[in-house]
Amino acid sequence: MEIKKPAVAGSLESSDCQITVEPNPGQGISVHLESDVKAMFGDSILETVHTVLKELSVPEAHVELRDRGALDCVIRARLQCAVCRAAETAYDWTKEDA
Amino acid sequence: MKNAVGREIPERIGDYALKPYEGAYAVDPSKEPVHSLRTAAKPAAGGTKLLGTIEEAVRACGLKDGMTISFHHSFREGDEIVGQVLTAIRALGIRGLRFAPSAVVNIKNPSIVDFVKDGTIDRIEASGIRGELGDAVLAGLMEKPVILRTHGSRPRAIEAGELSIDVAFIGASAADSYGNATGQIGPNACGSLGYSFIDATAAGRVVVVTDYLVEYPCCPASISQQYVDYVVKVERIGDPEKIGMGAARLTKNPRDLLIAERAARVMAASRLFKDNFSFQTGAGAISIACTKYLEEQMEERSIKASFALGGMTAAIVEMYKKGLVRVLECSQSFDAVAARAIAEEPGIVEIDNALYANPFTKGAMLDRLNFGVLAALEVDTDFNVNILTGSSGEMMGGLGGGPDVAAGADISIVCLPVIRGRTPSVTKRVFTCCTPGETVACVVTEAGIALNPRHARYAELKEDLERANLKLVTIEELQKLAESLTGVPKPIETTDKVVCVVEYRDGTVIDVIREIKRG
Amino acid sequence: MAEKTIRLKRTSLYASGVSPVNMVQAVFYNEDMLIYDLEDSVPASEKDAARFLVYQMVKHHRPKDKYVGIRVNGIYSEYLEEDLQAAVRAKPDFLRIPKVEYAREVQDISNRIAAIEEKIGMETGSIDLVVNVESYMGVINAMEIAKASPRIVAMAVSAEDLTASLKAQRTKQGLEVFYARNAVLLACRAAGIDALDVVFSDINDVAGLKEDTALAKNLGFDGKTCIHPRQIDTVNTYFTPSMKEIRYALRVLEAVEEGKRQKKGAVVLDGGMIDKPMELRALTTLAQAEAAGLHVRGEEKLS
Repeated sequence: MEIKKPAVAGSLESSDCQITVEPNPGQGISVHLESDVKAMFGDSILETVHTVLKELSVPEAHVELRDRGALDCVIRARLQCAVCRAAETAYDWTKEDA
Repeated sequence: MKNAVGREIPERIGDYALKPYEGAYAVDPSKEPVHSLRTAAKPAAGGTKLLGTIEEAVRACGLKDGMTISFHHSFREGDEIVGQVLTAIRALGIRGLRFAPSAVVNIKNPSIVDFVKDGTIDRIEASGIRGELGDAVLAGLMEKPVILRTHGSRPRAIEAGELSIDVAFIGASAADSYGNATGQIGPNACGSLGYSFIDATAAGRVVVVTDYLVEYPCCPASISQQYVDYVVKVERIGDPEKIGMGAARLTKNPRDLLIAERAARVMAASRLFKDNFSFQTGAGAISIACTKYLEEQMEERSIKASFALGGMTAAIVEMYKKGLVRVLECSQSFDAVAARAIAEEPGIVEIDNALYANPFTKGAMLDRLNFGVLAALEVDTDFNVNILTGSSGEMMGGLGGGPDVAAGADISIVCLPVIRGRTPSVTKRVFTCCTPGETVACVVTEAGIALNPRHARYAELKEDLERANLKLVTIEELQKLAESLTGVPKPIETTDKVVCVVEYRDGTVIDVIREIKRG
Repeated sequence: MAEKTIRLKRTSLYASGVSPVNMVQAVFYNEDMLIYDLEDSVPASEKDAARFLVYQMVKHHRPKDKYVGIRVNGIYSEYLEEDLQAAVRAKPDFLRIPKVEYAREVQDISNRIAAIEEKIGMETGSIDLVVNVESYMGVINAMEIAKASPRIVAMAVSAEDLTASLKAQRTKQGLEVFYARNAVLLACRAAGIDALDVVFSDINDVAGLKEDTALAKNLGFDGKTCIHPRQIDTVNTYFTPSMKEIRYALRVLEAVEEGKRQKKGAVVLDGGMIDKPMELRALTTLAQAEAAGLHVRGEEKLS
């Protein structure tokens, strides 16, 4: 998926995570993480980010996460949403059938 | 060496020899007479003990390098006495003091951290070190470890000679010039001064600090003139907004309400829930809601309590006024309503904190408690409770009276959510063990109630709760549920340096906190 | 059709698809039915985000002891197709369909679900439907709607939009929706499905909630939708069957057993014939009693 414009998903409420996805021409993937639970789950969050980007075939993007203690599945959902918004396409749900 | 809750503790830190925790009721007190630095004296001349400034009082007390000073924390975050006294001491060039308040609340401008950094203070002993100081201590601020004691353990330690107080500074919302003092009247009333009674009777010198001088004799008087050396009137003892906080509003968080209601149902289902029962509920959001639900249960079944104990809130005062509780025994007042109530109601009384919780006397009131409701940051599958440190290794609270209540009450109920955000609160092993699992009867969460099979009242409580159709789960199920939601957290990394010693109420060491490595 | 297990439906709670914290917490209340919502509680700008969130939440953290559903957007909304793509793949117990007015609408949705079920290798018909009737046309067609698809397990009547469509004023007593409640209930009984009552909107009025729930129970409803977690325990209590109901249910089941032993085609009790819905209702009554902690068959617990 090609990131065409900056897009945001999620909120700064407790247990949520606000994710911004932006074009990152020629720079591959870069991630900036700010989290209330960075000491405990920072590595796990970054791993999830890279996995989801790979699943969505995103070769280039700058991702900013402002995490307020979101569960892993919330981070997944927020990132999927932000990427689809930034790529200006609907999600292909058949991807989940694999 | 390992103590009886499996915690690895050093045998010695500097000149402090650590006694390992052996069991909640395993250690006996010494047979020695109790210890005190109080001396006989002649009456103060001229009918007054009033001095012009704190500096004068510090000088008159003969405070020297390395001595021990104490304060109470009844003005909570509004306190400005600690800051004023330490500033005066620093101006006099006195250094290396042991700072031994009943608790350190998060006071700023000046912060205690400044007085540690400039050498005014080099040791701290308290029930908790909240806020900026706590975080700095965990990051290795102090050379000597902070000693953390429960509310019951502090008077015990003083009487055992482990904590001798040279000069006690007792803040009062009203006092006369001869030293009679109270927290119940005056513009900055804070209610009970229960924490200070032991300081008044056992310190070498006692200074009363007030901003509201009244005609002799001050009435009511919680601190008696016979123990007081000097009185100082200051501009203000604190921030009235923070001292006189009104009744906490009932929480709207449906999760907290659910936990609170379940805890009240646990009490109501127990066979001990009958006329003349006794309880302590505390001041957190869940505790206050639990008090309201308990009130409903009592009204529904026409049951009246004999007494409520510990820190008082408007919610409990309301129950008293409805005739649902005969006596409120206040060691602390948590809001303005509770603070004023002592002066107004005959059955709402101020009690010495030692009477409330000291394990080594001829009887503390919490030994007569049926139910104690306790808040917690973490609980583990051994039912050990952490009320000090957050899971990311930050100082979040104080020991307070929690470990004392758990040991004293027939049924102690720990209330907490299974997860907070992505932080699991039911874990395999708490980061800091404060309350030993053997004293915890029951853990109440939004995901169910877990009874402790190792608790003395397990069988009867299980029978009572099953009869009331309350949903029981095992603590392991709660832990697994929490982990299934959050994932497995990376453990907190520490160095070998001990920054806090967590004493159990009998003076043995239940755990230590080591310096946190920050990435 | 394989016989489905008895699922209690005393209380339904919606968890909004916009709020992770609500969705996490909703699992812990005592509601029988938990419905993750993509419809009314989600603003148009967040429909996509809610779909991802609800999908992930149901897939990873669905509670085991509840009847779990997803409420999709309305039949004529632009969101429904993608909602179905996501919601069926999350494999909830049921989908809740809002604003149903005609049987053919349910049949159309059922076919679309079947297509997705087939694509992802689920047995066709696995996903149940709960249909919401929220307009006068829905009430008028309630009977046909209730029988529109074998997927339908319950029909709910919803008062707010209904009142508007009737040009009625919403009152606390609710006389303006009294007919609609009964019409839906009758249709449910005729179709052998469960009937779910309207919400009681004033969360601070506990006495009012009790009165309204008592009425719902007396009318014959099987459950009620809750607008706030605080209502759940109260409503559950009212849907606990009386001893008289329990005794009757036990007699119905005994008669059915006896009929089976004697290999009788039709079983008669007190001069009336026991049909399949009656047998199911008897089982539901016992399950409700069990959920309320009553031991209905001596000391032996029902599973």
